[in-house]
Amino acid sequence: MGIKDRIAAVEATYGRLRALGRDPSRLEFQNVWSPTEATLEGRPMMLFGTNNYLGMTFDPEVLEAGTAATRALGSGTTGSRIANGSYGGHKALEAEITRFYAKQHCIVFSTGYVANVGMITALGGKDDVLLIDADSHASIYDGCKMADAETIRFRHNGPEDLARKLKRLEGHPGDKIIIVEGIYSMLGDTAPLAEFAAVKREAGEGVYLMVDEAHSLGVLGESGRGQCQATHVEDDCDFIVGTFSKSVGTIGGYCVSNLAGFDAIRSFCRPYMFTASMTPGTVSTARAAFRRMAERPELRARLWSNCSALYRGLGDLGFETGPEVSPVVAVKLRAPEIAVALWNRLIDEGVYTNIAIPPATPNALSLLRVSVSAAHTETQIERALNIFASVGAELGIIEPGAGRAERFHVITGGAAAKAGGRTRPAPQGPASAAATT
Amino acid sequence: MATADDIEARILALLTAKVKQDVAVTRDTNIVADTGLDSVSVMDFVLELEDEFDINIPLDRIAEVKTVADLAAAVQDLGGSS
Repeated sequence: MGIKDRIAAVEATYGRLRALGRDPSRLEFQNVWSPTEATLEGRPMMLFGTNNYLGMTFDPEVLEAGTAATRALGSGTTGSRIANGSYGGHKALEAEITRFYAKQHCIVFSTGYVANVGMITALGGKDDVLLIDADSHASIYDGCKMADAETIRFRHNGPEDLARKLKRLEGHPGDKIIIVEGIYSMLGDTAPLAEFAAVKREAGEGVYLMVDEAHSLGVLGESGRGQCQATHVEDDCDFIVGTFSKSVGTIGGYCVSNLAGFDAIRSFCRPYMFTASMTPGTVSTARAAFRRMAERPELRARLWSNCSALYRGLGDLGFETGPEVSPVVAVKLRAPEIAVALWNRLIDEGVYTNIAIPPATPNALSLLRVSVSAAHTETQIERALNIFASVGAELGIIEPGAGRAERFHVITGGAAAKAGGRTRPAPQGPASAAATT
Repeated sequence: MATADDIEARILALLTAKVKQDVAVTRDTNIVADTGLDSVSVMDFVLELEDEFDINIPLDRIAEVKTVADLAAAVQDLGGSS
């Protein structure tokens, strides 16, 4: 199949989506003025599809650090650190992340995607074996494709399947690298890391565990290090990878490790060597965000109280959600057309979420991916739930509910309800320009 | 070690159960083009084969497979038995 065929196939797919409403690949926000608010199609929109878990993108200190560094050191580094050299900020950021994790080494990459591809190609040499969770992110699959090692896929969150596969590799001379994620980005479920760590220990020498904490950094664990910390297996996690594009609110990625000689990876990791390094602005933004994360643990507490309100609220309305309370709340729908319809109607009413349909989803699921932020107010969550209630009933996804107001009151503390500011949506009402009701 | 015919028969039985469309699955069936299974479903089918034959099937081996007969050959090559 040539490029013209592939373009035609994509246009046919998006054409079918466009026929049902908007094309998700062509949305354009005219303005973004807070972590949770933007203008779309000339109307205000509440953002529930950002991964901006701590709302860091508009923290005044973070903004000041980024702009000051840009003014002082320029807009870009215009080359890789291997070719052009490191800036002081790159080294300082690595030292700070090393301290944050209480590990010995850190390498910073230009994006989270590059961090995964870079680390996997560096770890998975010829004769080694990469063992990956079936629901891994595309960057993990792409890294595996690029690596010289063989890749074996085990069942999602299935330590027993992993153990069987490792057993079949007994006597195989190469390294085995197990790769899992802290929180999975589609359904918001967490990895059973204690069980995976036990399987790794059982498998003996030459078996390593790499954990991608992209969605769990700043979200899970006593000091926000992620699922490794939350499950008390940090010593078993040989490589912890993450991104700055979610809780940290900018762009970039990293890997921390205690492996002796880890720094030498910089000299054979091509995705590190042949990409321009993080800009002075993004480096300083990330440094400030890590500092703010440590100074403001209440952000994590607020995030979880918001997660809980949205997750339980959607469940109480009758929507089928992901398996556990999480900053990623998946709303599962019966068919792609229903997901497209719900996603469109929510935008009509002023709620932006992410849509995910096969083949981008596990088990051919059609879902809306609703992401929660510490920056969401109780009022925003309550308004979003009200809109979900009316649009969901209108589309026949949920029963038009009774007694919902009481439940919302319990869940969110009902700030708006208490103030008498909440209007009850008409279950079968037509589309209204009710973005701010 | 299982014979090629035996491996093929077991794969056909598993795949027939998996395919929802009303198509006859044979050794010449193209697993992606003819069954209505998307790429992720095919990879999930491979997880079942790994259990059935007690083998690991690396992703690059799946990439080379087109038909049921190709898949049976790969399974036999990887030592599929039990």
